[in-house]
Amino acid sequence: MKYNSVFDIIGPIMVGPSSSHTAGAAIIGRLARSVFGREPKRADIHLYGSFAETYRGHATDVAIVGGLLDFDTNDERIPNSLQLAKEAGLVVEFHKEEAVPEHPNTTKIRLEDERGSLEVIGISIGGGKVEITELNGFKLRLNGMYPAILVLHDDRYGVISGVTNILTQHRVNIGHMEVSRKEKGQMALMVIEVDQNLEDAILDEIRKLDHVTQVTRMSP
Amino acid sequence: MFRNVAELVEKAQSQGISIAEVMIQQEMEFAELSREAVVARMERNLDVMEQAVDKGLAGVQSLSGLTGGDAVLMQQYIAKGKTLSGPFILDAVSKAVATNEVNAAMGMICATPTAGSAGVVPGTLFAVRETLKPTREQMVHFLFTAGAFGFVIANNASVSGAAGGCQAEVGSATGMAAAALVELSGGTPEQSAHGMAIALKNLLGLVCDPVAGLVEVPCVKRNAMGAAVAMVAADMSLAGIKSRIPADEVIEAMYRIGQGMPSALRETARGGLAATPTGKKLAEQIFGEKQ
Repeated sequence: MKYNSVFDIIGPIMVGPSSSHTAGAAIIGRLARSVFGREPKRADIHLYGSFAETYRGHATDVAIVGGLLDFDTNDERIPNSLQLAKEAGLVVEFHKEEAVPEHPNTTKIRLEDERGSLEVIGISIGGGKVEITELNGFKLRLNGMYPAILVLHDDRYGVISGVTNILTQHRVNIGHMEVSRKEKGQMALMVIEVDQNLEDAILDEIRKLDHVTQVTRMSP
Repeated sequence: MFRNVAELVEKAQSQGISIAEVMIQQEMEFAELSREAVVARMERNLDVMEQAVDKGLAGVQSLSGLTGGDAVLMQQYIAKGKTLSGPFILDAVSKAVATNEVNAAMGMICATPTAGSAGVVPGTLFAVRETLKPTREQMVHFLFTAGAFGFVIANNASVSGAAGGCQAEVGSATGMAAAALVELSGGTPEQSAHGMAIALKNLLGLVCDPVAGLVEVPCVKRNAMGAAVAMVAADMSLAGIKSRIPADEVIEAMYRIGQGMPSALRETARGGLAATPTGKKLAEQIFGEKQ
């Protein structure tokens, strides 16, 4: 089932004009920002399909930037987000792409600052519902409805049980989990959806594990 | 969890409860929340809908200048007392338009099921508030009933114009509104399903062709007609008229039609009304360049 809650249908409460092209776009931007973990200095936003054809009319560009500034779909600052980004020192560049995407409402967002970069691909599937389908080249499927932790690690035996052991010790229940890798034996990405937001201490514990490169958190 | 309309109706009938109640119970189970929390969240949606209708009836204008003020015109026309389709349907039309005019002006709305189709459900609800005098609780239940049918449509077809055309947005909203109107008027769960089917059948094939890619032309007026169709479809069902094609099969047909729709007619602003000489000229005026 793509939709699990009645509030996916009656909702979200949002600034117009489009649930898929405005609210959904803002949610994707905000999820990207959440994974990045801080306000980026530069954002390259690539728009595909219907997003590329109609982004100005739907304020898709404005909404994604609003999300990058951590605005919720019902934040009345969204219409002014381009100006607010400029004031915050966030450089934004839009790229209208010709390539035909798998889903008509697709965006690829690349965020960076002096400390690092992140590339996220998101799709807006209707009514304000979204999915993150790629993260730094790793394929995945995240809908942003639950808190999640993302663990970048070496593709070795034992790393998964190391991480889940820590969660067990802290009595954290896993709702959904997937592991993705680009090449055997190289880097892998573990995505774990949990029922509650995790404390920093738990993330720090995971960071100390062997073969773990990076641990980030995504909050809905 | 109900997967289709047949299961939804069966659940309501076998337990002797309303469609709204089935939806509330499922949401409590899914979200692990109390009844109070689930109902309170829907009440907030209802509040936003009411504020949007009020704002639109006071008169708004979109940035592009393409839409705004029509909800006011319709209310003035109704007040003169001489209409062809009667004050009730036109009140629903006016309130649906009000909501979508606010949406087009980047105002605050509640997506129902989407922003582009946000006018139909509140338009009909706030119109029948004047005649059926529902309690606040009944109004919240109206939204759960509409949501239950929308839930089935979204999971078995689509509520995205880019994926399935306007039939998936205004079509879905109209079916949802018709079903909820039937339940509020005292119809059975089965009659709600027929109301939904009759409404959605009449919007099958509707394409998504927004001029300049804006959620304005023809979106606002399609919400107006969606509200009118929902009222008539609900009345037909309450009169005992049945849809020969069951609701689930109508939804399946909507899905297949959407799959067969060319991309020019699925929210790309490359076909239909967007591609007419006037549609293109408006786009040029608004964005100052050739589309």
